[in-house]
Amino acid sequence: MPEIEFAAPTSVAAAVKALASAKGQAKVLAGGTDLLVQLRAGRLHPALIIDIKHIPDLRKIKKEKGGFRIGAAVAGAELGENADFRAAWPGVLEGLELIGSTQIQGRASLGGNLCNGSPAADSVPGLIAAEATCVIAGPKGTREAKVEDIITGPGQTSLKKGEFVVSFFLPKRPKHAGDAYLRFIPRTEMDIAVVGAAVSLTLNSKGVCKDARVALGAVAPTPLLVKAAAAALIDTTVDEAALSALAAAASAACNPIDDKRGTIEYRIQVAGVLARRAALIALERARANA
Amino acid sequence: MSKHHITTTINGDPTEFLCETQQTLLDVLRDELNLTGSKEGCGSGDCGACSIMLDGRLVCSCLVLGVEAQDTDIRTIEGVATGEQLHPIQRHFLEEAALQCGICTPGFIVAAKALLEHNPNPTETEARYWLAGNLCRCTGYDKIIKAVLSAAAEMRGA
Repeated sequence: MPEIEFAAPTSVAAAVKALASAKGQAKVLAGGTDLLVQLRAGRLHPALIIDIKHIPDLRKIKKEKGGFRIGAAVAGAELGENADFRAAWPGVLEGLELIGSTQIQGRASLGGNLCNGSPAADSVPGLIAAEATCVIAGPKGTREAKVEDIITGPGQTSLKKGEFVVSFFLPKRPKHAGDAYLRFIPRTEMDIAVVGAAVSLTLNSKGVCKDARVALGAVAPTPLLVKAAAAALIDTTVDEAALSALAAAASAACNPIDDKRGTIEYRIQVAGVLARRAALIALERARANA
Repeated sequence: MSKHHITTTINGDPTEFLCETQQTLLDVLRDELNLTGSKEGCGSGDCGACSIMLDGRLVCSCLVLGVEAQDTDIRTIEGVATGEQLHPIQRHFLEEAALQCGICTPGFIVAAKALLEHNPNPTETEARYWLAGNLCRCTGYDKIIKAVLSAAAEMRGA
């Protein structure tokens, strides 16, 4: 087996330089909970592994413009201990915290979950519903992208050679806003989503929904932003008719695989059910968030 | 082949070792440092038999590279007892027969100790969720959960 080089840069610039200097495939290491499994399985033979956890900004949780800037390598357990973030974006945390066990939470990150490119990544629908963006560093400098534009297929991302995700930005929460994420698995813990559904919505002072975003996981080759499902909620009080329209739109957006975890028909139906239930939780949170 | 020279702290002792990039911290602990208390069950972060504390966080050492140990604080099962004196969690595992074959036991004890440092008075449900990343094929878990909760009660009283 050829030798794998290792680098642990302490700045974004040094990481970009190290990635550009790789003599073969370079893999970015954040929490390692996917990367080390893939290395061990022999699915990857990188020439270089770059540990980005020593870059200070990759590990920080900061307030910015009334919202949050989250370093791409912040571990689930670290973000979960941030009370302000939990109050603002409980649905995003619900997704992140569903990833693996306590041990996995000690390492697993938003950046890793996104860049691993799984259609079933539990933290991604919540980020998409939150209208989160990410900062990407690469040989041509830094750029911003919407989270929904990163995963392009199973294990595939829109990141170009030499690029890596530095941080996420989640915007300021207005009053009467709430979000939620639900996933279906056949057991209570430690499994891969059969379906995941995230809803974020904002009400006006009269309780009418003025803004909504709905995202689904594990029902298509990529996580999905479902605009028709969000449109079903807007200018309604999120009543029974709106919820039924939301569920129908969520189901209609699905293009799932048929596997041992769930059939196509099952995933399509459950996507509607979970979207409806997530919307009700988001609604309750929005009402409580005065 | 050139190896990385890593300096770290394990159970309070300054430690050095040499490793290759792809060697996991679990491999280093067991094969280079003879700290064989941490076990390899699955090697993919599912079973928790290799649980250790890395800079105060419970992690699977099979999912950490040895090179990542540079300048960190590592706590393993070998550091749980104080000399000949067992930790209350270890004692309750023995007294309440919370183990059979023993392969999962070091991971459970490290994970349970992390739980009780984080939450000294967990409910049974909280203990079961916290320990969901530790698998046991012998006990059926009931005795393990009972031992953790009785150790917690003793530690709160002490």
